Parts: sequence; C-alpha cells; structure tokens
Amino acid sequence: MVKLLEWQGKEIFRRYNIPLPKGGVARSVGDVSRLLGGTVPLPAVIKAQVRVGGRGKGGALRFANTVAEAEAAVSDLIGKEFKGEKVQEVLVEEKMPLAGELYVSITLDRSRRKPILMYSREGGVEIENVADEQIGKIWIHPSVGVLEYEKRLVANRMKLPAPAAKELGGLIEALWRIFRSEDAELVEINPLGIVGDHLVALDSKIILEDDALFRHPAYQHEGGEMTPLEQKAHEKGIAFVEMGGDIGVIANGAGLTMATLDIILENGGRPGVFLDLGGTDDPAKVSEAFAMMGEAKPKVVFINVFGGVTRCDTVATGLVNEMKRNPPAFPLVTRIRGHNEKEGMAILRDAGTQSYSDIAEAVRHVVQLEGRP
Amino acid sequence: MSVLVDGSSRILVKGITGHQGTIHTRGMKSFGTNVVAGDTPGKGGTTVEGVPVFNSTQEAVDATKPNVACLFVPAPYTKDALFETVDAGIPLAVIITEHVPFHDMLDMLYYAKANGTRIIGPNCPGVATPGGAKVGIMPNVIFQKGNVGVVSRSGTLTYEIVNGLKEAGLGQTTCIGLGGDPVPGTTFIDALELFQNDPDTKAIVMVGEIGGVAEEEAAAYIKAKLDKPVVSYIAGISAPPGKRMGHAGAIITRGRGTAASKMAALTDAGAKVAKFPYEIPSLVKESLR
Repeated sequence: MVKLLEWQGKEIFRRYNIPLPKGGVARSVGDVSRLLGGTVPLPAVIKAQVRVGGRGKGGALRFANTVAEAEAAVSDLIGKEFKGEKVQEVLVEEKMPLAGELYVSITLDRSRRKPILMYSREGGVEIENVADEQIGKIWIHPSVGVLEYEKRLVANRMKLPAPAAKELGGLIEALWRIFRSEDAELVEINPLGIVGDHLVALDSKIILEDDALFRHPAYQHEGGEMTPLEQKAHEKGIAFVEMGGDIGVIANGAGLTMATLDIILENGGRPGVFLDLGGTDDPAKVSEAFAMMGEAKPKVVFINVFGGVTRCDTVATGLVNEMKRNPPAFPLVTRIRGHNEKEGMAILRDAGTQSYSDIAEAVRHVVQLEGRP
Repeated sequence: MSVLVDGSSRILVKGITGHQGTIHTRGMKSFGTNVVAGDTPGKGGTTVEGVPVFNSTQEAVDATKPNVACLFVPAPYTKDALFETVDAGIPLAVIITEHVPFHDMLDMLYYAKANGTRIIGPNCPGVATPGGAKVGIMPNVIFQKGNVGVVSRSGTLTYEIVNGLKEAGLGQTTCIGLGGDPVPGTTFIDALELFQNDPDTKAIVMVGEIGGVAEEEAAAYIKAKLDKPVVSYIAGISAPPGKRMGHAGAIITRGRGTAASKMAALTDAGAKVAKFPYEIPSLVKESLR
C-alpha cells in the first residue's frame, strides 16, 4: 500500500475542490518566511510530514504566532524522528478558529464487498476510539456512487448549519471520486473542521492500492517500514519478514508459510525470518531465496515447499546447485512434497541434507538444531 | 455429481497464447479437461496444444460453445476480458490472474452478478473435479475422486491438504480455490451452499487464513444452514500482528479476523477445527463415521 503524506493527500483534495486551509510545504527554515510573508497568514500551525499516526500527542504539531516562532519550530522538527520516521518536510498552514471537528472516510468493506462511507460528529480523535453508535455507515454500490438522499441524510445527522450542510454533499461526492479515480484503499478527513458556517479539511489520509499503481505512475511503492533485506526481497517478488528468532523458514504461498510457522512455534521453536516464495514453484526463485537467507544469519534453515506445476526434483536440483556454489553456514532441513517428491528427496539426501516427508518430524529436528533448551 | 465443473464442462482459455495460458492448457488437457477453445486478439486461426485459437470470445462461443472461461489475462486487462466473457454469455469465469485492482474487481463483480455469470477468483488456483475437469493451475497429481468437498482461500496450502486427503484414502468431489483477494467473486458461503446441495459431497473441508471476516461469516452460515460435517483449518495462529488497513479498517472488523476468533466461531458452529493441516484427514474420517 502507498500511504501518502498529508500534503500529498491535500494536493489531491485541491484538485477535487475540497476546501483546505491556506498553507505550503517547507523543507528548510529558509522556506518559512517566504510562506508566512506571502500565502499563509499568522497564527500558523506547523505539522511534521510523517506517515505514522498520533502526531498530536507525539509533539509533531506546533503552533506559532510569529515568523520567529515558526522558524524555531521548523528548525526543531526537520530531521527529528517520530516512531522511527525521519521528518524531511513540514506543512505550514494558517491556524483556523474551530467550531467543531467531524470525521468522514470512504474505504472498502471486504465483508460486504462494497465501499463504505463512514462519518461521525466525533472527529479529531482516532476513529477506533469512537463508540460504534457514534459512527454512521453507508454502503455504496460501486457503479451507482453516493446517492443525493444519502448525502442529505449524512448532513442531517451531522447537525450542520445550512451552508456547511450543502458543502458536505459536494465534499462526499469529491471523496467518492477520489476513492474511485485515484484507486484508493482509504480516503479519510479527520478532522473535518467547522469554521464559522463552513467546512475545511484540516488533515488528509489517503492510502493508494499497490495493484493499481500502473495507472498512477506519479506514485511509487515506498519501502517505508521494511528493513533493507525485506526491501531487497520485495524487489524480487519474495515476501521476506524478519521476526527476531533463530530459525529461517522458506516456504511457498502465504497459507503454507503461515502453517509452517504455526507448527514451529507449537513445537517450541522460534522463527527468525521467513521467506514466502509466493504461489510459484520456480527453482531459480528458490536459489535466490536461499542466497538471501544466508544474509539473515539464521542458526538453522527449514525449507517447506510444495511442488505443484514444477516437479520436486527440479526444485531440489536448483537448491543443490546453489548449495554447491555457495556452501551454507547453517544446517538445512528440507521437506519437499508434491510432484516427483521421491526423486526430489533422493537428490537432497545425496547432497547431505536432512530430508523429511512428515512435517511434524521435520520440525522437531529443526527445533533440536536451533539448540534452545 | 460434483459442483461447478464436471466432465461435460467445455473450457475456453482466455490468454491461451501467453506463457501461463499455454502451460496450464497442457495441464488441464492431461487432467482430462475438455478445453474447446482459446482466445487472444490477433492470434485467431492458430492452435495451442491442439486447441483452436479465436480473435474474440464471441467467435469462440459461436464456433465451440464453451460454458466455462479460464482467464490468464494480465491484470491491467482482466476487467476488459471479464466483461467480454459476461457479454458472450458464459456463466462461469475462473480468474487466475493476480494483482487485479480491487476497484476493477468491484466493477466486474456487480456486472457479472447482474448478467448471470459467476466469478471464481481472482488470484486463485481454480477449480478441480477429479474424474471430471480441472480449470486453473492446481497440480494434477494431488487429486482422487471421492466424496469430500474442499474450499480454500490458499494456494499451495490447499495442494498440501488435498494431497494429504488423497494419501489417507479420502477422495474429493470438487476442490474450489477462492483466492486471497480483498473482493473475491465467490465466497466461502457460496461454496458451502454448493456443497450442501451436492448429494455426492458427504463432508466439507474449509481452509481459511487470518485477516478479513469471511471465516466468521461462513461459521454463522454453517450454524444456520448446513447439515453436512465441516472440518476446518485456519492458518496463521502464530502470525505476528500484521499490518492493518488503517484505523478505518479496524472499525469494520472490531476484534474479529484473528485466528482465535475464527476458530472459536467455527467450533461454536459445530465444525471440527484442526490445529494443524496434517490433522485434517483423521478429523474427516471421524466425521464420516
């Protein structure tokens, strides 16, 4: 998923005519006087541009009544880290006198297989802390969109003054168009401020769908929370997750990978890193994964692959060839099942690898090799 | 009997001239599947694995009367290919392609529903009825004809489980791979209903995963409507807390979606829940006794 920064989301809001505070992005202290001397009036709010939540409590939002105060805040925020994320940009915006804070979002309800519009009068706090009965929900037919009566209903329930009520309909329509046209997983405004009799989007949260990025070349998947090894694997189409234990696991397919981890943990082992080759049986990918596993320095590695279309002997040959090229520094336990498994197991045994067909037996051996009490 | 596909199914492979389309057409044919046609724009008049190729779905339908389409079309073109399938009146579309944007799938799902086409997938291994037909990419060697219905969200884990059933002497009526995408064309509940109405299916194996609430909903359906025994397995009980789809996503699920909540719901519905995949065959045997 591609999580946009607040200012990136607001750029999209601007294109869809959603009302915003006056503001601009600063990348250094030098940008501040330009912004505050021109487009942005004082008093101002200075907001660190990070993707992690809880910015208010974390000290990532500052207020300034003068240019000097704003410059001090920017100088302090740039380069600072919030939950491991380094601040490179800040958003400098006019501070608005608020009469209320609302919540509105559109996301996918996987269970109903429909988009869902959620809204609440309790904006400005994390929505998961708002009681269910304070959150309104409307499910949207994808080819129909949000109907006019539904927009009126939301405005009524939000108890808005007349101008704001009218604006809300247009704003919901804009959110819907962003959700669909920009291929969003989530479009959220929290808080949606009431300023006088009007609405202003004080924050933006937009998450775009990875699978649709081919339609939006301006946005690229960002490694974000991945470790360097995870990032490297991601580029090769392999899911690689580091978990902190000593057992390396290579499996193919998310379900089989999870089942393998379940069995290891149940037997007292501690998975350190797992590699999901995906629903593929490509032996070249097995070799690559094996080479990458070495970099994670596990104590023992367990390979659990189900050979479907590609035969087990082909996978085993690919693995053994890689082991000859780069002899591993760790013991290896394998379980390769499926098409031509006997031939595959014979190849692995000839290469001196412990090879099992029974998973429980294989896992017990792996845990023993991990050597924990 | 079986569900969705059988020996009378006539398969059209969309995207047959691509690498995956060609490999799996060969696999389907060696399973005994009646692959009657393929289509790829601009490749009409050629053949792949002895199967005639047409320029459009309508031409393929006019000439060979397929009643199942199997889609190997790349993700950016899958929506177009599915609409073409529906417009040609084919009642079942199995979409193997992964990475189809869910926004496209929303359009596809409601268009297909309104026009009488069932979608399986996307991002799924397909459907197989041993002794009848296989549509998709499941390995041929794992199956055996019998009376267990299998439905799953996983790929390779399903192969592993079906293979385990075979080794225990438990054959299958039909195996359905629903795929793991956020918007599946066919759900657990749809598949359970099909098996409930199939007289030859005596027991059902349901393989789920953490995430989403499809298993919890299936459990409610089992409790209310099903009188056949269900054996279930949920992968991911040990999974580290995964990424969440933002706070808004958490509001919709509110504490559901974990392996524990799924297993509890299924147990409450009267299903037998395997802790590990290798426990499934003995639980099925127990249910059939």
